[in-house]
Amino acid sequence: MDYNFFIQYWWFIISLLGALLVFLLFVQGGQTLIPWLAKNDIERTMLINSIGRKWEFTFTTLVTFGGAFFASFPLFYSTSFGGAYWVWMIILFCFIIQAVSYEFRTKENNILGTKTFDTFLLINGFGGAFLLGTAVGTFFTGSEFVINKENIANPMMPIISQWTNPLHGIEALFNVRNLLLGAVVLSLARTLGLLYFINNIHNQTIQERAKKLLRICGTVFVLLFITFLIVTFLSEGFGVDTQGNVIMVKYKYFLNYIEMPFLLGILLVGVLLVLYGLIKTIFTKTLFTKGIWYVGTGAVLAVLSLLLNVGYNNTAYYPSTFDLQSSLTIYNSSSSLFTLKAMSVVSIIIPFVLAYIFYAWRKMDKKPITKEEMEGGDHKY
Amino acid sequence: MEDLILWSRAQFALTAIYHWLFVPLTLGLGVIIGIMETAYYRSGKEQWKQITKFWMKIFGINFAIGVATGIILEFQFGTNWSNYSWFVGDIFGAPLAIEGILAFFMESTFIAIMFFGWNKVSKGFHLASTWLTVFGASISALWILVANGWMQYPIGMTFNPDTVRNEMTDFWAVALSPIAINKFFHTVTSCWVVGSAACIGISSWFLLKNRHTEMAKKSIMIAAPFGIIGILLTIYTGDGSAYQVAQKQPMKLAAMEGLYQGTTKAPLVAVGILNPHEKVMNNEAKPLSFEIKIPYILSFLGYRDVNAFVPGINDLLKGGYPTQDGSTPLSAKQKMESGTLAVKALSEYKLAKRENNTYVQEKSLQTLKANYSNFGYGFIKDESQLVPNVALTFYAFRFMVIFGSAFLLLFSLLTYFNFKKISYERYRWLLYSGIIGIPVAYLVSQSGWIVAEVGRQPWVIQDLMPTFSAVSSLEASSVITTFVIFCVLFTVLLIAELSIMFKQIKKGF
Ligand code: HDD
Ligand code: HEM
Ligand code: HEM
Repeated sequence: MDYNFFIQYWWFIISLLGALLVFLLFVQGGQTLIPWLAKNDIERTMLINSIGRKWEFTFTTLVTFGGAFFASFPLFYSTSFGGAYWVWMIILFCFIIQAVSYEFRTKENNILGTKTFDTFLLINGFGGAFLLGTAVGTFFTGSEFVINKENIANPMMPIISQWTNPLHGIEALFNVRNLLLGAVVLSLARTLGLLYFINNIHNQTIQERAKKLLRICGTVFVLLFITFLIVTFLSEGFGVDTQGNVIMVKYKYFLNYIEMPFLLGILLVGVLLVLYGLIKTIFTKTLFTKGIWYVGTGAVLAVLSLLLNVGYNNTAYYPSTFDLQSSLTIYNSSSSLFTLKAMSVVSIIIPFVLAYIFYAWRKMDKKPITKEEMEGGDHKY
Repeated sequence: MEDLILWSRAQFALTAIYHWLFVPLTLGLGVIIGIMETAYYRSGKEQWKQITKFWMKIFGINFAIGVATGIILEFQFGTNWSNYSWFVGDIFGAPLAIEGILAFFMESTFIAIMFFGWNKVSKGFHLASTWLTVFGASISALWILVANGWMQYPIGMTFNPDTVRNEMTDFWAVALSPIAINKFFHTVTSCWVVGSAACIGISSWFLLKNRHTEMAKKSIMIAAPFGIIGILLTIYTGDGSAYQVAQKQPMKLAAMEGLYQGTTKAPLVAVGILNPHEKVMNNEAKPLSFEIKIPYILSFLGYRDVNAFVPGINDLLKGGYPTQDGSTPLSAKQKMESGTLAVKALSEYKLAKRENNTYVQEKSLQTLKANYSNFGYGFIKDESQLVPNVALTFYAFRFMVIFGSAFLLLFSLLTYFNFKKISYERYRWLLYSGIIGIPVAYLVSQSGWIVAEVGRQPWVIQDLMPTFSAVSSLEASSVITTFVIFCVLFTVLLIAELSIMFKQIKKGF
């Protein structure tokens, strides 16, 4: 197993973590739905407690995604976070305010009042999901930066990565394709949120309301997603030629799928699962509560496939439109072979982590959220 | 550039200090809750459950804001220290990733069971979840401290001139670095002290108010002996820390002691007042205008030998002082020259490589290798940059040691009274000391980090990278803006947290 193998393996891990993160954004999606689904306090309490017990997973996955990206592709960490400063900072602020909101919202003397903390949850829901999507949009559209590692030998100006757009990341919001991906991620998060509520809450009124809303949210998501795929497939992409130069390639992301049919397969399976889950939930007369598993798995597969597409097959995953040759590929931005190997050993633990998470939650979710539990005196948000 | 560096540092310090307001309670109170729930599990008494649940509520309020302040620290390495992230990311990223995979998931899975699982899972499974939450939090501390220990004493890597970064060559040297391991034990056991102090302080308040006396006394019955274990281990490992500092970061030790002129048989300054740094550097004044010294102790603590020579700030700058292994240390000037050679050699190597000149490539590579251990000195323009803020380091260190050791007395008294079944709630001064102990414990803990972090300036990576070449290329105004936002946001959240906390305490068990 050579260096390239480990680089590709780690791009796979990063893509998988990214895909799991997108799935777990159902928490954010759920937060944005509360004003539509809850008509009174007890209903709001049920909704918030239902997603409130999962928010830490989304949060932790985000943190781990960051840590793993740092460890395996440090040049991305250094270039993107330091350069596109403001997008990332705003995303972080969205998550900082979420972390306290659940625990504090109904506690007495919380100074800011329940309304403020509920607004924080809305900001986190809309802002977090949308901006993460927008930021990842730049993987397809590019940013403006130059990298010169030799700068380190210049005691006057030793910084290697320079962002050349003075907006420092805000400019990503002026690109329609980035915004489109933001909207895709947000609408997916909302769709997943609805499916999660249908599954996790035993209360007919809420479940019926969620099912009704799913028609709209699910359709919006499917339409946006298809638009995104079409736009991306038709656009130019950032390829790497045999000499290692970064060049513009027509239909790059579409060609990648043709040249890597297994990725296309994953995408198609993902899309079919999503459609099956949505249709079955919407059109089954009695309540179908398992939709989240189909749509969730489908979403993970589809996102995984897209992220692999943008990294594999001589593609620059973090392109610079200012200086094409500064673009990051998984090969020129990765950690050393030694570090990747050491981290690969650690990655063997991941399945065990997933196993205990699954086991613990099977035990907890055996009893879904009910009105009675919310009216009882135990710990709740 | 100056402003950018200043504000980037200020922002990191601000966010780290805020994070550290919450972490010690998580790590310390966590163990106490674990013990309490174990008592419930074994005795089956409802009262223990009630006690456990009360402290768990406190734990939960604190935990949430600890998480909120943590995420920013991690991403800040990228956003504000981007050059650093490349130069050492190959080594430094790994512990952060391992922390996420190994520790944070464990914490966040089992904490949910700890809070919501009382009626959903069995008693045994619940107890296990509580302990696993605490265990997860403690391993998260391990990995972040491995990362921090490595910055203080970089090992297990080589510099790769082609990628222009340090690359890991020995994972275990990084993970088991003596500095990191010692740091881990000192930090975690010191958190036990903070946790005990908080538990005792709050319980003392109940005793003063004559409310829940039985449960408050039971809480102290757990916290006080546990605190003794904590403080004894803290002192033991703190001595270990000082020893490591003496070996690996002599400049930090000199700053901690306000020692400008080194001596053999060096005394330890127990209490002292410093003269201004500028005057002392120009040799006009004595470093200390008031001092109480304990002879021989510093030599012994630093080198385990009462006759050892402890170099002062001036010796470290001048070089050539006697060492235990007989080597002759370079002067600051020589190190700066050597560093400049290393930096130049890197430039030459790069140029030669582009021009395919293998001869120059080889030669410059040799120069680089020979001088790499002083690489960071190539960025230093003036000797005076090499001296950290002496006053801050000196006073913070005294504060930690003196007030920290006082907890041994407090915990011992309470344990003794408990053991002898003396009803100590009559001694109001004791209960008041318990309450005052809470803020003191937090200040002691913070000052430990001031010693560690301010004392190592100007280095982010000891001898290899000075703080000012680690920054991101940003406008100072951007960083000032985020600094202000963090300052306001965290302060508001802290006030909200304290207000909720006080209310919960007032409500009682
Ligand atoms: C309740 C908290 C507490 C108490 C009572 C003490 N410490 Fe401490 N100390 C810490 C909390 C702490 C800390 C916050 O955990 C630090 C900051 C960085 C670190 O590694 O641990 C620390 C750092 C720290 C350092 C710097 C380590 C470095 O630069 O890497 C030294 C030399 C000591 N300690 C020594 C001591 C001694 C000799 C003590 C004897 C009483 C002591 N500490 C008590
Ligand atoms: C949570 C406890 C910590 C506290 C309270 C703390 C405190 C501080 C302070 C006060 C500074 C500013 C020093 C100065 O500019 O003079 C600083 C800087 C810094 N610390 Fe820490 N620190 C903590 C933990 C850590 C850890 C665990 C790491 C690394 C893993 C770390 C990495 C840094 C870095 C990169 C800087 C910025 C560069 C510099 O100014 O040195 N800190 N910290
Ligand atoms: C400056 C470096 C640091 C970084 C980058 C950092 C990062 C983080 C992050 C991202 C979280 C949130 C985790 C989650 O999603 O649950 C967190 C929480 C936590 N961190 Fe830190 N941390 C730092 C310093 C420290 C230190 C020095 C310790 C302990 C010695 C520590 C111990 C903890 C613990 C126990 C938590 C759990 C939540 C709580 O704070 O109550 N951290 N940290």
